[in-house]
Amino acid sequence: MSLLSVKNLRVTFDTEAGLVEAVRGVSFDLGRERLGIVGESGSGKTMTGRAVLRLIRPPGKIQADSMVFDGQDLMQASEAAMRALRGPRIAMVMQDPKYSLNPVMKVGAQLMEGLRQRDRLSRAEAHDKAIAALQAVQIRDPERVMEAYPHELSGGMGQRVMIAMMLIPNPDLLIADEPTSALDVTVQAEVLAILDGLVRNRGMGLIFISHDLRLVARFCDRVLVMYKGKIVEELAAKDLMQAKHPYTQGLLNCLPRIGGPRQPLPGLDRNAAWAV
Amino acid sequence: MSSLTLWLRDPNPTSRRQARLGQAYMAWLRMRRNPLAMVGLGIVAVLLVMAAFAPWLAPHDPIAQNLSNRLLPPFSPGHLLGTDDFGRDILSRVLYGSRITLFIIGLVAVTAPVFGLLVGTVAGYFGGWTDEILMRITDIFLAFPKLILALALVAVLGPGMENAILAIALTSWPPYARVARAETLTVRNSDYIAAVRLQGASSPRIILGHVMPMCLPSVIIRVTLDMAGVILIAAGLGFLGLGVQPPLPEWGAMISAGRKYLFEQWWVATMPGLAIFIVSLGFNLLGDGLRDVLDPRSAGR
Amino acid sequence: MALIQIDNLSVTFLSKGHKVPAVKGVSLSVAARESFGLVGESGSGKSTILRAICGLAPVSGGTIRIDGQTLPRHPGPAFARKVQMVFQDPYASLHPRHTIDRTLSEPLAIHGIGDTDARVMRALDDVGLPRSFRFRFPHQLSGGQRQRVAIARALMLEPEILLLDEPTSALDASVQAETLNLLNRLRAERGLTFLMVSHDLAVIDHMCDRVLVMQHGAAVEELTRDQLASAQMKTDYARSLFAASADRMLAG
Repeated sequence: MSLLSVKNLRVTFDTEAGLVEAVRGVSFDLGRERLGIVGESGSGKTMTGRAVLRLIRPPGKIQADSMVFDGQDLMQASEAAMRALRGPRIAMVMQDPKYSLNPVMKVGAQLMEGLRQRDRLSRAEAHDKAIAALQAVQIRDPERVMEAYPHELSGGMGQRVMIAMMLIPNPDLLIADEPTSALDVTVQAEVLAILDGLVRNRGMGLIFISHDLRLVARFCDRVLVMYKGKIVEELAAKDLMQAKHPYTQGLLNCLPRIGGPRQPLPGLDRNAAWAV
Repeated sequence: MSSLTLWLRDPNPTSRRQARLGQAYMAWLRMRRNPLAMVGLGIVAVLLVMAAFAPWLAPHDPIAQNLSNRLLPPFSPGHLLGTDDFGRDILSRVLYGSRITLFIIGLVAVTAPVFGLLVGTVAGYFGGWTDEILMRITDIFLAFPKLILALALVAVLGPGMENAILAIALTSWPPYARVARAETLTVRNSDYIAAVRLQGASSPRIILGHVMPMCLPSVIIRVTLDMAGVILIAAGLGFLGLGVQPPLPEWGAMISAGRKYLFEQWWVATMPGLAIFIVSLGFNLLGDGLRDVLDPRSAGR
Repeated sequence: MALIQIDNLSVTFLSKGHKVPAVKGVSLSVAARESFGLVGESGSGKSTILRAICGLAPVSGGTIRIDGQTLPRHPGPAFARKVQMVFQDPYASLHPRHTIDRTLSEPLAIHGIGDTDARVMRALDDVGLPRSFRFRFPHQLSGGQRQRVAIARALMLEPEILLLDEPTSALDASVQAETLNLLNRLRAERGLTFLMVSHDLAVIDHMCDRVLVMQHGAAVEELTRDQLASAQMKTDYARSLFAASADRMLAG
């Protein structure tokens, strides 16, 4: 049985400028595998991730024929039921730890907060679990990091803390929204390797949202390519170079390559027909 | 949609004026969705109408005394809100009093914020000694309680409406300087300021053309929210007998005069009090609504 | 003689009483009509060098010479007509309350250059933006369109040198391709000199003739494009940067 099943997801925003359709009929199934959702800005990929967690506030509206997580109907669930899901069962890692970690709380306090409130662990137990979580993301001096504030950490370190925090409750599904886009190139590889190991060891499902097609292809099993709120192509990562849809081909070809020819880069001839 | 609406909504304006009016229209649409802001706007609109049409709306002369009709209760024939201790119709006095209120807040609104904006942007942009000196001057003025300064001015210049306005304006500008300075400190490190400096722009051009437009929303919101305070200060001065002099129907002075009759003839003080309350509330609601619409952070949507 | 000559440049910031050295003794020279790249990760000091040239960062040592002359303390009108910059974040480099028309005509107004209408229209044409965008506000344009406006603005004063601070990092891949193509075309048409900063080696390779690799404020290695393409790096850091760049990820 699939972990997450989404059918005909639609996300709309009612603004004074008119109705904005961010996601227009997206359907996919996810087992305990890695699914990449790739698209440019405005493709609706971030909104899709947030819609699964029902994290979209009015004037945004989420509609779907069905959205089922592990047998539980997400569309019908109450806000309390969703809160019980978010964190323990479905977790989300976002792009920039500068904005997703609380800047006025020490890292240790943030890590232990959920453990003490939700799981009702004692201070000592929560502390030990937090240290273990930091070690799992290969932070070599967890004690120091526990006592630090988020702005005192580098980007890569902050993102690892974020991942550690999200994985403490051992969720079944992790939604990662551009988790490495704000990081330096050399650090990206490290963080992805850590994420890779954790997802593999815990048998989690992963939705990896990114604008970087090549990165997603290397890291995921399957890839969904989104354009203007719709899925234009769905394929296995290893078949990426044989992509059939012109948009995907365009995305692959438009990136400069080291040692590539000095000719103008092939642009994307955006065809309105793709958005239909 | 009417052709005017279409013109305003045109995604490709053909002049700066059309572009600006179009943005203002979109802001108006955003504000329209906020019911409380609309209530505030309605109250302010009613105030403006009252002030403009007072001579036609008022059933009686506001300063005409009629000692045989003293202290009539509300809903007496011909006197909807009753009469005061000189027999003057309270409704007419409230209506004419709105003109005075509007005059006071209008004058304060065009002097204090403008001065504060200038001081704040210059201090924030140049930093260093300019900032220190200007901010210490600002602190000095901020330290004066408004009523004490008003007393001082009255002692020197004599009581009256103009001096009351001067006193209020002199003590109101420091918060605007601070708000403007805070915004300027954020704005001056932006790339667009760096870009225009790189083009060789002079400091006055940058401050007036680039920094001030970014500070305006905060200042405008602050002005609207302060209006309530200004009305109350004017009322306080009137209450102390320092501001508007009788027989002018200033609301605060009316409350002061009605103090003696508060228990038996409560309407004499309460009616103008209600007027102050409603108008203050209106400005507060409007200010909150404007904040949602004008906040530069949401303008980037 | 090099158009841009930087000798032993040091830039130190004073932050909360601490001295933070952002650039430590970097030297480079860019010939006229050349395209020179600065590549490094965050904290490498590459953007700081550009800002130092513009007078936006305090120079604590060394010299910067443009066309043989040392820089004035604050960029004045003469400097503005020689050197202009395109900033990284298209969402922050255009004034949010000014129409595109105002943004493009301002440099002309500052320098007393007439014929504003025609020049603004021509600028829009040059960067491939429709003339109907003239009175839009920045928030009505996409990121790529804003960056085009930024490029158009930088070229209004017809400078010789264009400083580019990660001009495409904030853009989508396909938009990046269009923008890079635009920059190359403009450079060829106008004989511009580029000093370009990026963290992306593939972009630098596509755009630049020579590149300086930086780390922690210091220069690590200077490479020509051929050396970069054939991976002939001498230092370990340059090699690790090459290995980690996104390009390698698909082939790996």
